[in-house]
This record gives sequence, C-alpha cells and structure tokens, in this order.
Amino acid sequence: MTTPTTTTTSPTAPSRLRTTAGAFLANNGALVGLVALCLALFIATPNFLTGPNLLNIGIQASTIAVLAFGMTFVIVAGGIDLSVGSVAALSAMASAWVYSSAGMPGWMSLVAGLATGAALGSISGIAIAFGRLPSFIATLAMLSVARGLTLVVSDGRPIATSPEVSFLGGTVVGIPVPILVLAAAGLVAAFILNRTVVGRSMYAVGGNAEAARLSGIPVRRVLVTVFALAGLYAALAGMLLAGRLNSAQPQAAAGYELDAIAAVVIGGASLAGGVGRVSGTLVGALILAVIRNGLNLLNVSSFWQQVVIGLVIAVAVGIDVLRRKNTRH
Amino acid sequence: MTAPSSGAPLLTLENVSKSFGPVRVIDDVTVHVRPGHVQVLLGENGAGKSTLIKMMSGIYQPDGGRILVDRKPVVLDGVRAAESHGIATIHQELNLVPTMSVAENVLMGRLPSRGGLLDKRAMRATARRALDRIGLDVDVDQPVGELGVARQQLVEIAKALSLDARMLILDEPTAALTHGEIDALFAVVQDLRADGVGMVFISHHLEEITRIGDDVSVLRDGSLVAEVPASTAEDELVRHMVGRDIADHHPRRREYTGPDDVLLDVQHLTRHGVVDDISFQVRAGEVVGIAGLVGAGRTELLRAVAGADPYDAGTVTVRGGTLPAKNVGRAIAAGVGHVPEDRKNQGLVLGASVNENIGYATLRSTARTGLVDRSGQRRRAQDVADRLRIRMRDIDQTARDLSGGNQQKIVFARWVLAGSQVLLLDEPTRGVDVGARVEIYEFINAITADGGAVVMVSSDLPEVLGMSDRILVMSGGHLAGELAAEDATQDRVMALAVRDVDRDAEDHTEGTSS
Repeated sequence: MTTPTTTTTSPTAPSRLRTTAGAFLANNGALVGLVALCLALFIATPNFLTGPNLLNIGIQASTIAVLAFGMTFVIVAGGIDLSVGSVAALSAMASAWVYSSAGMPGWMSLVAGLATGAALGSISGIAIAFGRLPSFIATLAMLSVARGLTLVVSDGRPIATSPEVSFLGGTVVGIPVPILVLAAAGLVAAFILNRTVVGRSMYAVGGNAEAARLSGIPVRRVLVTVFALAGLYAALAGMLLAGRLNSAQPQAAAGYELDAIAAVVIGGASLAGGVGRVSGTLVGALILAVIRNGLNLLNVSSFWQQVVIGLVIAVAVGIDVLRRKNTRH
Repeated sequence: MTAPSSGAPLLTLENVSKSFGPVRVIDDVTVHVRPGHVQVLLGENGAGKSTLIKMMSGIYQPDGGRILVDRKPVVLDGVRAAESHGIATIHQELNLVPTMSVAENVLMGRLPSRGGLLDKRAMRATARRALDRIGLDVDVDQPVGELGVARQQLVEIAKALSLDARMLILDEPTAALTHGEIDALFAVVQDLRADGVGMVFISHHLEEITRIGDDVSVLRDGSLVAEVPASTAEDELVRHMVGRDIADHHPRRREYTGPDDVLLDVQHLTRHGVVDDISFQVRAGEVVGIAGLVGAGRTELLRAVAGADPYDAGTVTVRGGTLPAKNVGRAIAAGVGHVPEDRKNQGLVLGASVNENIGYATLRSTARTGLVDRSGQRRRAQDVADRLRIRMRDIDQTARDLSGGNQQKIVFARWVLAGSQVLLLDEPTRGVDVGARVEIYEFINAITADGGAVVMVSSDLPEVLGMSDRILVMSGGHLAGELAAEDATQDRVMALAVRDVDRDAEDHTEGTSS
C-alpha cells in the first residue's frame, strides 16, 4: 500500500505535523517497538551497541528474514506456507549434492539450489491453485516430503557445499555476505510487490480472490507464482545457512517456517490476506533476532527465550488488532 | 390509524425517527403490529424498511419517538430484549448451523441436558413438537444444510415459535423460494395468523401482499406515506411507493444514432440445470433488461457470458469474435465489463484503495514489461472517479469506507477505465441510495449514447421497465419471452416470469444466487 504522506490539507502546521507523525506511528508500530527494544538493550548492557554485535544480529536475522520475505508474498496473497524450512534444507542439500556427489561446477550448485526451491514451491502452488488444496494442507504435505527427501539424498549426513555457496557465508570488504544478500533479497521482494503486475495482483487475490478473478486477474497463475517465489526465497535462505557452516545439514532450518510466519505477522501483515509489506517483515525479523541476541547478552536461558518470543508475537499482533479497530472509525 | 383492524397492538413504533450522522433515514413513522394480523412494510430499497425492522428486533434504537409492547413503553436495547418480549426475526440470511441437525438448530443455546449430558430424547421430542406446530415434516436428525432454503426457513420459524414468539418479522422470506415453496410458507403464515401470532412481512412482490397481507404501511425516503388495506390495487401501491415522479426515477434516453451493429451475440447458451438454450443479441446503443424471479437463472446467464462460469453448450460472440468459455481475461480484452450482483464479495477488494480497485482490470494491459504504470493508472483512475463523481476523501481511501452507491461506482469506473463496450450489469442499483442510483442510470445513458451495449439483470421491476429498451424475461432457466419497452408492464413481465408452473410442483432448490 502507498504510504499516506499526502495527508488532507490541515489548517495549521503543528496539527499537520501531528497527523503525519501519528500516521507514521500508526503504520510503523513494529518499527517503534524495534527502536524501543534496542534502546532498552542499549541501557541494559554495554555489549549491545557495538559494531561486531550489530553485524552478528544482521547475520542471525538474515536466514529468517529471507524466508520471511518469501512468506510475505504468500501471506499477502491470502495463503500460508509451512514448507519453507524443509524446502530450504532440501534446496541446500541439492546444491551441495550437485557439487560434491555429481561433481558439477560450483556455479551450477547455486543454480541447482535455487531451481530446486522454485520447483518445490511451484508444485505446492499448482496443488493449491489447480488442485484446490488449502495452502495449509498442501504445504504441510510438502514440509514432510521435502524433509524426507533431504534425508534420502544425504543419507542423514551433512554434505560439503561448493565454494560459491560457502561464499554466501563469508564477508566482502568487512561486510558479512548474508547481510548483503538480505538487503538485495528485500529490495527485490519490495520491488516485486509494489511495482510489478504480479505483485499488485497478489494483494488483490489475497484481499478478495473472487473480485480479482472477475476483474480478469489470472488468480491461479498468480498463486503458482507466489509459491514459486516463496520456494525460491527458501532456497536462498537454505544456502545462506549452509554457506555459514560450509555444509548442508539434513536437519537444517527445521521449524524456521514458524519464525518466518511470526516475522511477517509482527511486521503488520494480516493472515486474512491482502495486507503486508516487506519493510514490516524486515522489522519483524530484526525484532526476533534482537530479542534472541539481547537475551543471550543478558544471560537468559534459551528456554526462557522461547517464552519471551511467544509473548512478543502475541503482544505485537494484539496491539496491531487494537490499532486497526481504532483507525477503522 | 385508519385501516380497519381489530385487537390491541402487540407492538407499536410510535412516531419513531432515526438518523445516521446527518442523514435522517426514518422520520416520524408509526407502525402497529396486531395479534393475528400480517402488517406489510412496502417501499423501495433505501426507503427505511430494514431500519424499522431493526428497531423492532432491538438492533437499532430510535432517536425519537418510542416503542410500545402491549401498550407499555419499552426499551429494546438488543436482540435479547426483543426476544424476551416475544419478538423474533427471520432474516434473509438464516441463522442456522448447516452442519448440525435440525433438532440441535431448533434448540440452539438451550439444549436439554440430564446430569450434564445432552438429553437427545428430550431434544428430539421438543424439536418434533416445534416442527409439528407448523406442519413441517422433516427428519430432526438430518443436518440442516441438507434441506432446501425453504425448509431451512421453516426450521427457523419453528425455532422462533418454540421460543414463545408472539410476533414474527419476516424479512423478504420469499426472495429465494419457488412458487410451490411460497405456497407452503403462506399456508404456515395463515395458520399462525389463526393462532394469533402477529407478523411483519416484507416483500417486493406486490401480488404476495394481496395474498397474505392485512394492512400495508408504505414508506418512501424514510417517511410513512400511506397506510392502506392490503387489498389495494397494485397500481395504487406502486404510486404510493415511488411517488408521482416515476419518470424522473428512470431517466432512460436513447441518443445513439450510429450503425446498429450487433455487439453481443449469445447463441444457444446452456449450462445444465441452470441456463437452458438461451439466445439473444444486443446492438450498439441498446439496453436490454433481463427480468425474472430469483433463481430463474439470470445471474448464471450473465456470469457465463462474462466468462466467470463455465457452460456446456452455445457460443458467446462479442463484436464478431467468439469468446472461449470461462475466460474472464479474454472477455475483458474483447470489451466486456461485468458488474457482479454482490459488490462486497465479488466486485471489490474492500481493504484496498479506490485507486487499486479501479485499476484491477487494466493492471496488465497498461503495464510495461511486467511493471505497473503507477502514475498513469493513478492519473486515469482519478480522472474516471471525478467523472463518475465518486464521493471519497481521496483516491487512496479504502473502498470499505465508502457508501454502497459510491462502492458500486468504483466497479463501474473499473470498466470505464478498461474502455468496455459491452456492460453486463447484475442488480446494478441494489442497496444504492436514490441519488447515486440516478447517477448510475445517467451513466448507462452515456455508455449507450457512445455506442456501447448494456445488459441489465434486475429484480427491481420499475427499474427494468424504466431503463430497458427491450426486456427478456427468464423463468426456470430458459427464456420465457421478450417484450419491447413500450409494451412492457409489470403485469406482463410477471406473467412471463411465473409462466413455467410445472417446475414448481416439486420442492426443489437450485442455483447459487440468493
């Protein structure tokens, strides 16, 4: 959606400023939360606001953020994708297998990984759009199938990645590559959602699929594209993860789909479809990463971290629901 | 009160008024509901009938005047309060859980229990008694969703009566029923009348009013304009309902003087069980109305022509090119624009902006290499919105926040932007206020003056008669007849619409439209 920077003419400058600021806050509740969180951690621990730690947060956020960008397409279009964690693992495994077992050149391993993700996503998309399966069911099936195939391909053991994939886990002129990938993937996702025909169609399909269809939007083709993109983004995330470890792990990214969904929802998207922004998703993913990082710095046990993250999801979405209710009238 | 009526009123709305913001939707109206009496509320869409019903059933509270039950003033501040006075409403959208049994639905919220367990025997027996009272012979263990709409409605009536309702509000109960089903419903109404139940009845079918009503309260623009016996001649009822200026309500003008090419040619279109071998042509500059009862297949015909639904046989040709079945995109590219019957669920993405909604049909055709022409689309959408006088804060306002008439104009604007030459309109003014309605009519005039063609399905007979150049009447899925505008009267249209009597012998339900 376009940001309402062009507000209606206000009589006086201060009130205009207030409405603009109010609109900004209302539209960026998650961002305000992120800033508040960072301030609190800055006060609580001296180690938080240091260069290395911030880069660390960026690296930690990158996998979930890239998965969540793909999930944003799906949720905007009114669906859900439970398979992204498994698809990430299988894509990374396929990429490593192409290099280590099939002996193909390293650049092929990148292509194979991305192609695997896009293909798996397309299969889910076709099952949903043409087979009329609910996306929850189709991707639940894919979650199991893809994880199983990962184990079959790897025989349950890690496989070494190509140097090209390992590069994704390295650094360029001091900047970690995952952060560069995160930025590029986010920009591309935002561009697709805001500028392209298929992106705008996703909002229409998620908002009201029947109205979209009667307006001539090819709903089923849009849905296949949506899930193919989610698969592609999952593959990228899977290779980021494998690159950092120099190997594709059979149990990689298990359960990450729930973090990805959480990031999208914290970022203000509606599970009912039709609403969601990449910038919000990025903030959501950063909030998750900052909380984990901060709680580590504060020596909170990882058991309690799960409790805190659950509460953050509930509170973030609860605030969002209240806000929407208030702005409606 | 002048009409001959007996018995003290069960319920009286006394000089009630209601405003929403600056708009006064009910102005000083008095209505009585008496035991054993059917009080009809008659008026056009937007005349205030539903607001009055909502006051009776506790959903709205009047701003002025008062409500009396058994001659004592009461405050009906909720559905529960109304129910406690024995007032029950049968809404058009039935309040039943389709997957649960008839018995469970009848006793919803007060299921009998014994020691914390559901007492199924008592439940069945109570439900059976309730159904017997209105002579409804269905299996109480059957899921309600398996019954036809007519029987579901009767289940709901049985439920209301078993809650000791003394007064029933029937909001367009016949809208989705066949003639046989209507007869069955009216038999129940007659029995209830003999039992002393007071009823409020709403219907757009004038002949039903004489059949079942006792007195008629005629509303126009929120005011009570007449209180007459139900035996009043239909012409007079219509005159009361629409006022004197009928002509101005439907300002059809034929201003097109170009060649009368056939723009839309439908041949032998068939969708089994719904649309039966329909052929017709529409020429440039022409408005063809399609009349018929609900369930006659009008919406299904229009959707098939628009490419929204598949069909089994026949062809649809637009400006010489034959369209593939079930392909909305190709139909749009050929110049077809479809305004569906339910704008909230089929016409609009309510959560999206006016700008987005206007642009959906042209998103693809105006794009360059897959990229949306954002500034161009916005400029053109703004231009069309101004031309159609869509009243909005700005073009980024959410469609949900606009009034019904303005929402409908957004759907029209989409097709103006797409340059559609053949417009398929399904109930184009349903739920649209009078002002916006006339603007929509003027828009239809403008489209046809430019050589466009319009097909209009409408259940609003004065609208069909007033705006069409030719009228096709559908009945039971097939074309029952065609009337030229100058020959058409309500009676002649209705005579064709109900011609197919043999189908009504069976109690059947069909179609998806309500």
